[in-house]
This record gives sequence, C-alpha cells and structure tokens, in this order.
Amino acid sequence: MADETGAEMKTVSSTALTLAASAILMLAAPLGAVAQTDCLGCHGDASLQDASGHSVGVDAPKFHSSIHGSLQCGDCHAAIKEYPHPDKVTPVQCETCHADEAAGLVGSVHASRAEHPCTSCHGDAHSIFPKSDPKSAVYPLNVPRTCGNCHGNGEMAKKHGLNNVYPLYLDSIHGFALSKEGLLVAANCQSCHGSHHILSHKDPASPTYKASVPKTCGNCHAGITADYMGGVHGKAVLAGKLDAPVCSDCHTAHAIEQPTASAFRMQSTPICGNCHKDKFSTYRDTFHSQLGSLGGYVETARCWDCHGAHEILPASDPRSPINKANLVQTCGRCHAGANLSFVQYQPHANARNRKLNPALYFIRLFMNLLLASVLSFFMIHTILWLIRSRYDQVKRRKAEGGKNA
Amino acid sequence: MPDMEQAAVASGEPAGAQERYFVRFTRAQRYMHAVLFTTFLGLAATGLPMRFSQSAWARRFASGVGGFGAIIFFHKLFAVILTLAFLIHVREIFQRALVRREKGIFWGPTSMVGNWKDVKDLFGHLRWMVGLGPKPQFERYAYWEKFDYWAVFWGMVVIGFSGYAMWFAPFFARFLPGWALNAVLVIHSEEGLLAILFIFSIHFVNTHLRPDSFPMDLVIFTGVESEEEFKTKRPMEYQRIASEGKLETRISHAPALWLTNFSKVVGTIAILIGLTLLVLTLSAYFGS
Repeated sequence: MADETGAEMKTVSSTALTLAASAILMLAAPLGAVAQTDCLGCHGDASLQDASGHSVGVDAPKFHSSIHGSLQCGDCHAAIKEYPHPDKVTPVQCETCHADEAAGLVGSVHASRAEHPCTSCHGDAHSIFPKSDPKSAVYPLNVPRTCGNCHGNGEMAKKHGLNNVYPLYLDSIHGFALSKEGLLVAANCQSCHGSHHILSHKDPASPTYKASVPKTCGNCHAGITADYMGGVHGKAVLAGKLDAPVCSDCHTAHAIEQPTASAFRMQSTPICGNCHKDKFSTYRDTFHSQLGSLGGYVETARCWDCHGAHEILPASDPRSPINKANLVQTCGRCHAGANLSFVQYQPHANARNRKLNPALYFIRLFMNLLLASVLSFFMIHTILWLIRSRYDQVKRRKAEGGKNA
Repeated sequence: MPDMEQAAVASGEPAGAQERYFVRFTRAQRYMHAVLFTTFLGLAATGLPMRFSQSAWARRFASGVGGFGAIIFFHKLFAVILTLAFLIHVREIFQRALVRREKGIFWGPTSMVGNWKDVKDLFGHLRWMVGLGPKPQFERYAYWEKFDYWAVFWGMVVIGFSGYAMWFAPFFARFLPGWALNAVLVIHSEEGLLAILFIFSIHFVNTHLRPDSFPMDLVIFTGVESEEEFKTKRPMEYQRIASEGKLETRISHAPALWLTNFSKVVGTIAILIGLTLLVLTLSAYFGS
C-alpha cells in the first residue's frame, strides 16, 4: 500500500503534491494528527536519502511493531509543521517525553548529545523496543554488545584514555553467564555503571566509585557484601579509609574470574601483597608459596584460605579462622591430623628477624655459615689444586718431549 | 676388603701383558654410586625449582614437566629411592662391623673414618699446591674423598630427616615443637643448596675435571683402574698391598670397550646436567 502510494506520488508533479499536501494540512492540521501513511508515502522507501546522503527511509513494519509504533511522526518530528518540509529540520528532541532520562544524562560521561545521541545506545530511532524485548539494543543480553560498539574499540579507548574493557568482560564470569548461559540476572554494563547518569569512577556519586563498589556489587551479591562489611576491609572502607580493598581490587572490575579457578588462585596472592608487603615477603619464604608459585598445583594455601576472603577478622577475634582456638580446624582443612603442636607452625615466620624468630634466625645463620665456610674453603683448595696440577702436567709433558696440553 | 678380592677373583682372567688393571670399587659400590648420582640429579632438578620458585626458568621447567604436582611427585620418588639406598648402605656397615667383625672398617688404612694422616695430608697437600713441599702419598681414600663421603652421609641424614618432617608434618608435629616445622624448610633448602653447590662444583672438579682425571675419572663406573693410575694416585695403598703380597688378589682385566663408552656417555650426561643446574642455581641465587 505504502509502496504503491510512493510510486504514484513520485510520478506526479511537485505542484500536484503541494496541492494535495496543502489540502491534507487544511483538513487535518497539525501534522501530529496526520496518519503515518502520509509521511511513509515518501519515507517508507527504505532507500530514500537526503541531499547529504543520509538515509531517511523508515522500515514501516518494524516501526509499527516498535514501542513508538503508535505515535504519529509529528509527535517526535515536531519541527515539521507542513508539507513540503524544509531540507534541513531540527533534530528530534527525545527529552520532550523522556525528560527524566535526559536529565540523567546531564553531567554524565555521555553528556555530549553530539557525540552520544540517544540512538547510539538505543539504536535506530524507528525500531526502538522496550528493554524487556530481546530485540531491544538495551535488552540485558544485548547491553554489552551495545556498549561494546564503542567500548570494544581500541582506537576509541585510546582516544579517551579508557581500558578496552569489552573483551575482558566477555571472558569474565559475568560475560560467560550472560553470553553463554543467557542469564538475565548476570551483571551487564549497566548493572554496575547505571544507564543514563553514568559517572566516572572518580566521581564520589558514581556507583563505581571505590567506596560505593561494595554496595553496587551487593545489589546482587548481598550475602558476600554483608560478610565483607563485617570484616576489616569493609569496616575500613566504611570509615573512609579508601586504601582498603573493595571487591574490584581483588576480583578486578571487568575480567572477573571464578575464584576457585586456578588462574585466579595463581594470580591473586600478590594483590594482597600490594599492601601487606611484609606478610607477602614472609609468605614467599614458606613452602606454601614455593608450592603455589609453580603451575599446576593450586590447592596450596593462599592468603584467603587461612584468613578468609570477605569477612577477614583480626586474629584476636574469636570468630577469625586464624584465632588460636580455630587454628587446628583451619590448618586441618588441608593438613589432616593437624594437632596443637602442628598449628604452632608460623606461616609468616621471618628467618631474618632475630627478635621475632630467634630459633629460626640462628638456624639460618648456622646453615649459611656452614655453606659459606665449606664452599669457600674448598673453592680455594680446588683452585690451588687445579693450578698446581696443570703446572705439573705441562712440566711433565715438556720433559717427555711432547706438546703442551 | 673381601668384596674387592672376591670381585677380582670372580673376574677370573689373567692380567694383561702390557698394562695391568686393579679393582678399586666393587660392583655393589658402583651400583650404589649410580643410584646415588641419578637420584641426586633428580632431587636437585626437582628441588631447585621449588627453592627458586620465583625465577622464570623454575616456572618454565615446572610447567614443562606437568606443573608442581609432577615436580613434588618425582622429588618424593627420588627421595624414597635414595633413602632405601642409604638404608642398604647403613645395613652393610652394621653387617661388616658387627656380624663380620671387620676391624678395618672404623680405623686403619682402608677405613672411611678420618685419622691423623688425613690432617697431615690436608696440610701437606696445601703446601704442595703452593710449592712448599712434596706431594703427600695418599692411601686408599684421600682426605677430600672422605670429606665427600661424610658430607653426603651427614647431608642425607639432615636433608632426609627435614624432608620427611615436611612430608609428614602432622605426624612429626606429635613430637616436634611447632617452630621446628618452620626450621625444617630452612634446613632442608640450605643443606640441599650446599649439597648441590658442593657436588656440582667441588666434587666434579676434584674427582673428574682436574687435569689428572680430565674429563672424568671412570673408575667409579668401570670399577678398575690401570696400574699406573693406581700407583700415582694412591701410592701408599699400592705399596702397602704390594708389601703384603696381595697385589695379585686385586688384579682384574681392562674394562670392556662398551663399558668404557657407556660410562663416558653416562658420566658426561651427569656432569652436563649438574653444570646446567649449577649455572641456574647461581643465576637464581645472585639474580634474586
């Protein structure tokens, strides 16, 4: 029907068109009330282009099924009051209806309307679907791809000084849950960053601001967040000590792994070591670390296996797994048969510290002296011996009339 | 040394007309050394990556052989084999001392136990090295050979005990204090390092790479050495046996060509592995 009308209309002279349009306008002004079919008469041709080559065609059936399908063209294209309309018309103002969303954009990282028109996320203006519709660009399972249009682009990331996060997200536990399992509840970009009022993580009002991260993750991971807030790190963050780690410091923001995965277990001890330098260095001296540093053996104790991961409590707390009363049970999780004597093992002993670990200090000193004295004595002994033997050998061969060496 | 005499008699061949060969090590002793050095190389190759687990080569090696699980498996396997060899050796000592009442096992010229002559030999040898005296006349076992033996003996007790204490930590904790579990790792790794550095530098040079034996002393593989070597390296033993009129009992035949070649190949491989590990150890020790 639209096609036929279009073809017909193109064939008639512009005078006739003007006349016809004027008649319609007179009959039913303003344009908003005009049936879509009138506009689609021209714009229903999907290949229609304006003078500068931009597509101005509308896929009529798709538009009709979209959330705006029941609106009249003039509801959005309010600047067009008559036919023929000027070549250049002012852009559609979405905020006329979507005032809240527009207000949200103000001050956000996407505030520039020129760089980030609504369509950059919501897709083609004439095929916008509700976010609950799988066809929508902002349907939960489509959000990462939509954001990834820009945030999966290395050039664009470089230009804005951002990390190219899209590939990291896709390979993360959230990305897998979303793309492989199709879990609607899996965190997508906007679960953490919000949608319209997206702020830099440096902005204290942002849900990705360091102090707000536990609450943001807690929107889904409520139990873990409650544990975390009860531990030393959560309390420190609550007290405004932002050196303390939040969820993303250990789990990262985008490349989040299954915490039991070997890659996570292998890479994560140094994260604690960033702050707990002395504990990390003494851990490195132990068999736990030696075992754990070589690939393929991930069961060995890492920081959180003894200290807990989220509700980390000081050893003085009777609920702490490293409280004296709980050590047999904590160590016993790996070391079957651990007894009271066994748990006096110091997982952070420092053999270089005479005051803290005198026995260990002197044992190490003795071993080092033994090593140094035996090796230096025999080194000198061997070198002298070598020189003398060689000297004798050369002399002997000369005496025998043979060649040297 | 009844073993030695038996071995010589058992060979049953007349001495060569041109050059005579004498037995120095019995078959059992040679096998013991073979078990000792193969398990030692294995323990060093699997122990060093643990000791220097932060260095790149350790991680590459570990992932190459199947990760830490494989490393610790082989480390324990070699340890058990070496422990068995050690226990067999200890049993032999007891048998010779208590059952066969061999007096020479704890003192006398063929004993492994140090004596006053060894002290004199050490200083005499050092004087000779700097040109201040004649070369000492060594007996069956020279002082550095006795040191090698006791270093390995002590090392096996210390490294073995500390290793088993870590392996069966909860069991050992029944009668050891908690801090001892910290100490055993320090002791195990330092003593292991000493053994590795000592064997791969000092023992290799003293026994194999020095000009008189270069590139290696095959006697530990073939069991026999030529009369000339015997005379120059251990003149006192040669004279003592000659004066006792027992030279004949020690005469054997020249080692078979295949045995010599086989020994050279095995020895070369062992020395090359050892030197490689030595370089890696030193680079990790001074690089970290």
